[in-house]
Amino acid sequence: MRGFTREFVLLGLVIAVFVISGLYSPAFFSLASVDTVWTDSAVLIALALTMMPIIMARGIDLSVAANMALTGMLVSLIGQANLNLPVPLLLLCGACIGGLLGLVNSALITGLELPPIVATLGTMSVFRGLIYVVSGGQWVSANEMPPALTAFPELRTLGLTSLEWLSILLIALAVLWHNSRRGREVRAYGGNPTAALYVGIPMRRLNVLLYSASGVVAGLCGVLWVSRYGIASTEVALGYELQVVAACVIGGVSIAGGIGSVFGTVLGSLFLITIYNALPIIIGQLLPSVQNATLWQNAIVGAAILIAAVVNQGAHTKGKHILRVIPRDEASRAKH
Amino acid sequence: MPRLELRNLSKSFGPTRAVQNVSFALREASVMALIGENGAGKSTIVKLLTGVYQPDAGEIWLAGNAVKIANPSSAWDLGISVIHQETVMFDELSVAENLFMGHLPLKRGLVDWKTLIINAQTLLMRIEAKIDPRAALKDLSVAQKHLVQIARALSGEASVVVMDEPTAALSQQEIEDLYRVVRGLRDAGKAVLLITHKFDEVFALCDEYVVLRDGVKVGEGEIGSATPQGLIALMAGREVGNQYARGETKRGEAVVLSARGYTHPTEFADIGFEVRRGEVLGFYGLVGAGRSEVMQAIFGLKPAARGSLEIDGLPVRVRSPSDAMRCGLAYVPEDRQRSGAILGMSILHNLTLPSLRGLWLNRHREETAALEIATRLELKAAHLEQMVGELSGGNQQKVVIGKWLLSNPKVIILDEPTKGIDVGAKAAVHAFIAELVARGMAVILVSSELPEVMALSDRILVMREGRSIAEYTREDATAAQIVSSAAGYAAAA
Repeated sequence: MRGFTREFVLLGLVIAVFVISGLYSPAFFSLASVDTVWTDSAVLIALALTMMPIIMARGIDLSVAANMALTGMLVSLIGQANLNLPVPLLLLCGACIGGLLGLVNSALITGLELPPIVATLGTMSVFRGLIYVVSGGQWVSANEMPPALTAFPELRTLGLTSLEWLSILLIALAVLWHNSRRGREVRAYGGNPTAALYVGIPMRRLNVLLYSASGVVAGLCGVLWVSRYGIASTEVALGYELQVVAACVIGGVSIAGGIGSVFGTVLGSLFLITIYNALPIIIGQLLPSVQNATLWQNAIVGAAILIAAVVNQGAHTKGKHILRVIPRDEASRAKH
Repeated sequence: MPRLELRNLSKSFGPTRAVQNVSFALREASVMALIGENGAGKSTIVKLLTGVYQPDAGEIWLAGNAVKIANPSSAWDLGISVIHQETVMFDELSVAENLFMGHLPLKRGLVDWKTLIINAQTLLMRIEAKIDPRAALKDLSVAQKHLVQIARALSGEASVVVMDEPTAALSQQEIEDLYRVVRGLRDAGKAVLLITHKFDEVFALCDEYVVLRDGVKVGEGEIGSATPQGLIALMAGREVGNQYARGETKRGEAVVLSARGYTHPTEFADIGFEVRRGEVLGFYGLVGAGRSEVMQAIFGLKPAARGSLEIDGLPVRVRSPSDAMRCGLAYVPEDRQRSGAILGMSILHNLTLPSLRGLWLNRHREETAALEIATRLELKAAHLEQMVGELSGGNQQKVVIGKWLLSNPKVIILDEPTKGIDVGAKAAVHAFIAELVARGMAVILVSSELPEVMALSDRILVMREGRSIAEYTREDATAAQIVSSAAGYAAAA
């Protein structure tokens, strides 16, 4: 079937990175290490899967990381003041706050008709700035948060951590979305906005839905992030929105809209996380002279992203070219 | 010796012969009218003269030499300049920059503003245009922009000036000014080729005429010896044959759609009509007459338009395409690639898009429904998963029309459904329209192709300049009447 080739290329890449790291550091092959990578990538998977339909609808949400940090801070402050609040209630707070911030984006994009990149670039700074306002520039550290909350992200239910369950939930939702009428309509809109208009696709309403959903997920992830790392500060997840976009692009979501898959996006996120974890090991082994491998990490990860994107675009161009050049046999078949 | 001569020029696009064996000559200090219906081949001639297209056969002679016009800039170098129908210029730049873009005067590698402004002033003065060369182009009126374009056309010392429907968007006073400029060009010894639909223009301005029909030259001569009736007969030409045979339909009496007083601040005024079950209502007019705009208003795509709409005798409010769809309307827009098909999606998904209901997709039902439509339309495709972008133009059009069948509309609006598709696919679309009405649907057919409108429509409404000019029934419509109503020549009607 069409389209799955690039996902399998990517799957191959993820496995290759895994195997290579395993050769240098056998610990990488263990079940425990799979568990770690999965838990580490859960937030990225969740955010990338909500970003995916937005990018497919020719939009983008650059405010996700700032939303995470602000919501994380607010929930930490709530928790700090009420140490006995149950975790589900704190999570609900996070989802609601995040959702409200997402609604701000929706209002700017559908109400004031700002381009999504401009609107969310603006709210990104506003949300970050608000963290100073609400916290007075202070940190909230693990010992000030409710203990149940700090334990929650890696709390195991049926053998899996809460973060792992979050990614499973989001994957399930994304698959449902992909098989829903609205999911199809968003894909159609990304493929040709004018044609979508003529068949009456209510894009305004769908955009409100997409950006608020992005906010809800960002809010939840924010709570999990600050509780897992035991610190809520202005610097939380700084620049993380770009990793989310990168995960989508690596996973084959087309920035031009209309193209993307759940499988690809999950693989894109896994690829990013594995390479982050594996690179210091590989560099350390290959180039013992490099004193501090982490110094190289960002540059090499960037290069890896570019390589993955090029590989992916290569698989894409076929689809793009067909719009202009009809292969001869196709053309003659179409005429008869 | 003629200034510019076309010798046996031919150009085809696939199976469509846009221009066949056309010859004519332009003299110095003379204005020639190139007239013909939509699709007669006029714009193809313009594009051949400006190097946008290369002729398949034939030659272009300029001042006694055969020339090859490789691209628009070589046309410019040869002294042929064109004033396009729609202004293609840089809105944010000044008039002076627009006039000399591509050959701005330089001083030490930088733009020499002083010389630029002076040159621009000289140029504008030559056509007596009172326009400040420093003004931004976007602040000018349409007529002023035309003047800037004319001035630009003259900046290269052109000896041949081609004007493609220059008065299409101008008011009467602005048209007078333009006439004056054109006469000035003629008196300065230029050879002018004026492409037009309008007879008053032909008789007021031109010395000679050439009439095209279906890509062939069907007449030429001096304006002095021509009559409007004679030209109309040439343009409308052949008796419309039965090439789009359509069986008589049992036209129902029940009015499905009734539109009253549709008015838009700038594009059309007071348009009203009715369509019955099993009827084809043709909308004919020149390009720009406002037909598509009216249809968009009815479909809820023009918020500024006012008018009242009744479906099955009940008043409805349509404020968005989804309202329109709920009322049982469907609209197949003109520009297939831009607003019809989603090229990067499969045939299956394109076909079912307007009729998706509920929350979840049902793959099995989608496939059954899409397969039925594809079979009925004789869609030529490898399989339903094929991308629509891979299909030929005619098959893309079938997908765009076919997707509306699943949603089972009461009224389907087809905007230029056969534009740019080959003869075979055209016949399939025509057969399909016949099938729609046979099944009791009402069809509104917007088309610029006269034979098509005449052969398929039960009634024909003619629009000109945003107004509904005349309505004919199938029985008493003649090609000459329709052409003269559309062109605004009342005497022949």
